[in-house]
Amino acid sequence: MDIQAIHKLLHDRFGAAVGPVSSARLFEFIEVAPDRIDEVCYHLATEPALLFDSLSNLSGCDYPLRGKIQMVYDLYSYTHDHSLVLKVDADRANPRVATVERVWPAANWHEREAYDLLGVVFTGHSDLRRILLPDDWVGHPLRKDYVEAPDYHGISTIRESVLNIPGRN
Amino acid sequence: MQAFLDSIAAGMEGVPHWLVYAVGMIAFGAIVVFGFILPVAGVTSWVERRVWARIQSRIGPNRVGPGGFLQWLADGLKNLLKEDVIPDAVDQPLFRLAPYVVVAGFVGAFVALPFAGSLIIADLNIGILYVTAVTSLVVVGILMAGWSSNNKWSMLGGIRSATQIICYEIPVGLSIFPVVLLSGTLSMQGIIASQGWAPQQWHMFHSPFLFAAFLMFFVGALAEGNRTPFDLPEAESELVAGFATEYSGMRSLLFFLAEWGNLYVIGALVTTLFMGGWQVPAFTGNTLVLTAAQFGTFFLKAYLWVFVAMWIRATLPRVRIDQLMSLCWKYMVPIGLVNLLGTAVMMVLVPEGSDVVRWVMLALALFVLLKFGLRVRYHLRRANYGRMGLGAARA
Amino acid sequence: MSVEVEFAEGGEAFGTEEMTLNMGPQHPSTHGVLRFIVKADGEVMRAAVPDIGYLHRSLEKIAEKVGWHGFMPYTDRVDYVAAMTTNQAWAMAGEALGGIVVPRRGEYCRIIACELGRICSHLLAVGAMGMDIGAITPFTHAIRERELINDLLEELCGSRLTFNYMRIGGVAWDLPPGYATKVRRFLDHFEPIVDEFDDLLSHNKIYVERLANVAVVTREMAIAYNLVGPNLRASGVPYDLRKNRPYSVYSDFEFDVPVGQGFHGTVGDCWDRYAVRIEEMRQSARILRQAVEGLPEGPVIAKVPRNFKPAAGEFHSRVETARGDQSWYVVSDGSEYPYRVHIRTGSFSAMSIVDALARGLMIADLIAVIASFDIVAPEVDR
Repeated sequence: MDIQAIHKLLHDRFGAAVGPVSSARLFEFIEVAPDRIDEVCYHLATEPALLFDSLSNLSGCDYPLRGKIQMVYDLYSYTHDHSLVLKVDADRANPRVATVERVWPAANWHEREAYDLLGVVFTGHSDLRRILLPDDWVGHPLRKDYVEAPDYHGISTIRESVLNIPGRN
Repeated sequence: MQAFLDSIAAGMEGVPHWLVYAVGMIAFGAIVVFGFILPVAGVTSWVERRVWARIQSRIGPNRVGPGGFLQWLADGLKNLLKEDVIPDAVDQPLFRLAPYVVVAGFVGAFVALPFAGSLIIADLNIGILYVTAVTSLVVVGILMAGWSSNNKWSMLGGIRSATQIICYEIPVGLSIFPVVLLSGTLSMQGIIASQGWAPQQWHMFHSPFLFAAFLMFFVGALAEGNRTPFDLPEAESELVAGFATEYSGMRSLLFFLAEWGNLYVIGALVTTLFMGGWQVPAFTGNTLVLTAAQFGTFFLKAYLWVFVAMWIRATLPRVRIDQLMSLCWKYMVPIGLVNLLGTAVMMVLVPEGSDVVRWVMLALALFVLLKFGLRVRYHLRRANYGRMGLGAARA
Repeated sequence: MSVEVEFAEGGEAFGTEEMTLNMGPQHPSTHGVLRFIVKADGEVMRAAVPDIGYLHRSLEKIAEKVGWHGFMPYTDRVDYVAAMTTNQAWAMAGEALGGIVVPRRGEYCRIIACELGRICSHLLAVGAMGMDIGAITPFTHAIRERELINDLLEELCGSRLTFNYMRIGGVAWDLPPGYATKVRRFLDHFEPIVDEFDDLLSHNKIYVERLANVAVVTREMAIAYNLVGPNLRASGVPYDLRKNRPYSVYSDFEFDVPVGQGFHGTVGDCWDRYAVRIEEMRQSARILRQAVEGLPEGPVIAKVPRNFKPAAGEFHSRVETARGDQSWYVVSDGSEYPYRVHIRTGSFSAMSIVDALARGLMIADLIAVIASFDIVAPEVDR
């Protein structure tokens, strides 16, 4: 099923929560409201004609100029061999997106990773902890305005260039 | 040994007899330990590494001495000189004691192990019973090491080891009984004397029951010696180094010493019980030459099984603990009981044993060996490594 | 890290206590730096919670700082066991966004390099699997063969592990003279070795007992947890990007997609995952033979400006690595630096299913499960 047909099905059911089909130059995607993404995904995963049984990628990207953090859901259906990209724009100041963990268990870790590195809060997630960084890390490094703290537990993260040390060279 | 010390004691009038015995026993013990057990265990470690290397298409230790032969000495010295690290949180007395208990358990077995017709420290009339009892001391040591290390992995290793050794005592014991029935004695020399030098006179080929007992004994002994495929207590990929994780330096070496030494004990027991021990044809009247030949025969037979154990270790994966238990209780123990019964029935029916059965068993064993040899040859031919022309590009 | 785990019932009846075991980050069989917090009742696990991140090198952040060409050496580090394929994923992302067409000979060079790398990685996987189950010999035999591939790849690009061979637009160097013959000779040597692996390890009774029917991943579970590559195929889903969404010039080649058969147990058990890898080595050898046979003439790299600025856009670059479908989400804002790179790796998905599988297995099985998924720690953490 192509993206226009899928969009029509979704639009009929969810109305304004589903945006138009837009293009990212190399692929087309459908934008979904952040608080409805779980319902949309559940529908996509269970509707027999669609049956998107796997979430093959969940990425996020920070756009400070637009004040948005965008989550990108790459779906694939092994049953029908079609794929779909969904995007969710979350408010950058308070990014909250409904979790899709109950639709695809694979989303659990992906959402934890997005929370860890981008600071997106997935409402309803069962276990939203940092996954890659230590629990006590400050900040979310993949945000564009992230500044690394000068030290971590007394370990300096700033390294003097060897070229600048007086007495050498 | 007893007679020898008696004669010395008789010669020394003013000295109390107990002192002569004590000094004599300690001296002889030291000679056996330093002159035989340590070198055998050490050289076994070198042989094992070389055999593995050959099987794994590597080279193995080859720097210290000719062909790396002195590697075991270098390793021993290195470990002696290393710092003996004892972690703070361990149970100090138990932790220090454990390696000695393990070593004592395995060295104690040598008291009743024969080396040749007249070479045995003490031909106890309960020889085989004594050996099985004293080697069980190793469990206590391993359990002590595992528990006192204050490390969960060590404890798991220690408990696995205890479970395993205690369970496998039973099939091992059950496969010793048929031999004892046949020989009518528990004494090691007595068991050997009841067999002949020729293969068809060995207990192994006495009947199918004895042959099964022999296989079971070997498998059970491997399990008792914590050898692959039953090396769960020190399963490196699961428990790091099992009960030996916290040990370093000499104490750690003692565990390995016991392991390699145990291999020889296993081989010697198999040889004694099933393979005619040191029996050689009486080809000369010279006692010294005959004793040397007996010693050589016994040692070679025993070392054959050491080699087989190494081979198995390099070949087989490791079983899981539940599989280990089910193998013991569901298969080996019932088979052991059937063996015991079968041997008893057979001894009633044909008290002197049947030559036909012996020859058939021997022929069967040879046939299996031949098939195995052909299979090995087939694989060796197929694994021809010379076909690859890339060596030149590498050089 | 503190982890609260709720337990299944059990234990109380016997008055036993659960024991918390810390497996890793330094543990002989965690294939790098993985950590599991294992709650065990004796030998039986009640939970095995993975704690990842020990090898996190913030590669995604680095990508935003080093530019399109400059990130290529870093892609080697995403999955250093099969670095060629990660090279290719990055190169493909740059090419798609920049509208560059790779010369055919360049694509063939890539496929030869990638398939050699795949065999390399699978050899390590099956060898290490034997090692984890306790058979030490297969590992050295596998490493022996792997050395030959390393020699071949070294001749190709000068490195043996992290290759930095590919470039956006093609590959850095053409094949050295006589390379096709060498690859052919290697394959003549290697194909019987795979059979030997089957003889010596695959059907070994103890090995089968340890792996068959252990940690069965059903088709539904594999898809829901987004397992990819050999792990997915072992569960009976015949999905291979090289076949189903052919990229590069994979559509030129004939090869089969092996799936788990449940030969010794159930479809999707540990043994199937092992067997699929063995069979994939054979298929890679087939592809290699065809690739060196049909090698076209011509340049190996397209003209790409040194100051490469692809037009703004987004792309999902997906390649079939040795650990399955690796999905790169790459955003360009038209500058000389990538705006955002996200890497979804096969090991990451595989790692997330371990907790669900581990309940009720024994500690020794956990080792088998990790090994059978062929989890490579740097690929999980990136």
